[in-house]
Amino acid sequence: MSSFTEMKGKVAALDRTNVDTDQIIPKQFLKRIEKTGFGQYLFYDWRYKPNGELNDDFELNDPDNEGASILIANENFGCGSSREHAPWALLDYGFKVLIAPSFADIFKQNCLKNGILPVVLLEKDVSYLLKKASGQEYELTVSLEEKRVYDDQGFEAKFDITPYWYNMLLNGWDEIELTLQLEGSIKVFEGKHLEKII
Amino acid sequence: MGKTIIEKIWEKHVVHREEGKPDLVYIDLHLVHEVTSPQAFSGLRMKKRSVRRPDLTFATMDHNVPTINRSEINDPVAKNQMDTLRDNCLEFGIPLADLDSPEQGIVHVIGPELGLTQPGKIIVCGDSHTSTHGAFGALAFGIGTSEVEHVLATQTLWQTKPKTLKIEVTDCLAPGVSAKDLILFIISKYGVNFGTGYVIEFCGAAIRKMSMEERMTICNMSIEGGAKASLVAPDDTTFAYLNGRKYVAQGDAFLDKILEWQQLSSDEDAVYDHSIEIEGDAISPMVSWGTNPSMTAPVTDRVPYLNECDTDTEKKSLERALSYMGLEEGQPITDINVTKVFIGSCTNSRIEDLRAASEVIKGKKVAPGVEAIVVPGSQQVKKTAEAEGIAQVFIEAGFEWRESGCSMCLSMNADIVPAGEHCASTSNRNFEGRQGAGARTHLVSPAMAAAAALHGHFVDVRSMAGITV
Repeated sequence: MSSFTEMKGKVAALDRTNVDTDQIIPKQFLKRIEKTGFGQYLFYDWRYKPNGELNDDFELNDPDNEGASILIANENFGCGSSREHAPWALLDYGFKVLIAPSFADIFKQNCLKNGILPVVLLEKDVSYLLKKASGQEYELTVSLEEKRVYDDQGFEAKFDITPYWYNMLLNGWDEIELTLQLEGSIKVFEGKHLEKII
Repeated sequence: MGKTIIEKIWEKHVVHREEGKPDLVYIDLHLVHEVTSPQAFSGLRMKKRSVRRPDLTFATMDHNVPTINRSEINDPVAKNQMDTLRDNCLEFGIPLADLDSPEQGIVHVIGPELGLTQPGKIIVCGDSHTSTHGAFGALAFGIGTSEVEHVLATQTLWQTKPKTLKIEVTDCLAPGVSAKDLILFIISKYGVNFGTGYVIEFCGAAIRKMSMEERMTICNMSIEGGAKASLVAPDDTTFAYLNGRKYVAQGDAFLDKILEWQQLSSDEDAVYDHSIEIEGDAISPMVSWGTNPSMTAPVTDRVPYLNECDTDTEKKSLERALSYMGLEEGQPITDINVTKVFIGSCTNSRIEDLRAASEVIKGKKVAPGVEAIVVPGSQQVKKTAEAEGIAQVFIEAGFEWRESGCSMCLSMNADIVPAGEHCASTSNRNFEGRQGAGARTHLVSPAMAAAAALHGHFVDVRSMAGITV
């Protein structure tokens, strides 16, 4: 995983609640066996009309949002299926930070494991940012180190992240590598535990 | 202070605890399928890592598989994914219920069926409906592919101890009302994210009276309320179900297991982070009308009016849902016509589900213009249904009788609902495009799906003469 410290980027607004992972990456694109190349299918059924033409009404197709690396959405973003193809698609499309009032549990974990930063902000702050980023170009800076989101017009909000993920992301550590260092503890636990379970 | 069953299972699995970190918990059973595993195996290979406990891992293929003509897989990308799982299982020594195995089926149907799912275990799978296994008093939750790789490599996961939510369902469900109606009712009342951050314990008289299969239906859909896991404390119903299954201890060893499993219940003075009480006998058969599982109403009710929305966000979301579903505000549920019926999925494809649906259609015919399919959850369910004559009842009524798999629940295979058509479906998600681009899904119980197949629109199964489901 690559490390995350601070970034400034263009913001795209998706003012919808309960955006599920079926929308983020529809099932017909889950058959690939690689982690790469999913960006072209991100929000496919919303981005394209049934005839394959670009859907101009969809928020991300607004030219103002071209090259956006921060996505702002409404509550319960990423609900539904556990498919990690959803964060893979968001990352491949260019999103490094997601901001919402809340995220679904499995999706949030999947983002963190791929170095995407899910930022939970208060509903009033999200509403403000959704307005700011709708219909015009808008940029935000996200600092993980300072746990702070701000723009150059005076907006600022702090966010929370567990100490565990704060360190994992800042350092870009490989979680499996860290766990394997505990092999001794796993082995001792396993010896006692499996006698009872199997 | 007493402990909940959730805390008891958790504490038994903590391998490593350290300030400022989640707990490292041990995983007793890892179920694997073809869609969310290939990248995990590639990751292992890239780092030259092995599978730590292939003996605690079990694989099958279900999401992609055809439900007709299994010998010929026409989709080369899907075929590649299935071949990849087969190769990975062979390379890493993981047992696989392959496409031609009598044990093949939906991963959440075969786990319990084979007795792999047992009380007190922590069970994971790269699939959000892993919560199903909680019906046995196991702590079971869905994970992403990175976590699949982590479990393959270490047999552990870093997990934050969840909050606990008690849902007590009193009395018993009325005749014609099923476990599916109960869970749809709960989600319609509390929304699609009330359970975020929690593990739910379902308890109360109505739950105690339920069969294992009914409990599985309820736990299956807890994720649709945001809870990645839910469970029911094991009891005699659980033990009777497990007795004699392939991977369960036999004879005296089984009796020892029961003694151990009987310890798995919440203490009387256990404290939950949150509690909810539901009156079981007040629930009606439910039908989802919108594009998430909380957009659901009793069959006797109607679609909401826009002016009933409390906020602008809610109104916008209702407008979107009505437009996608092709429905009018205030439209009665029984006025919604269906042209597709799907009986299947990890929510409702077990033998009791098929029995309930077949009771409704026995001696009757599917309405003209309706295409109805039954996809049993596993080869074992299929075989049992054929032996009981249930398959014949479906076929004579005009249903198609298919091979086992996830099928039209997520339509990764060829079983797709065409754009604009309404489908009465016993599955778990009515998201936009879930059953096909533009498809309009209505979540219902097996009996309600069967009734809709006969009438070409939703009807209250309780009003059908002679129905005792």
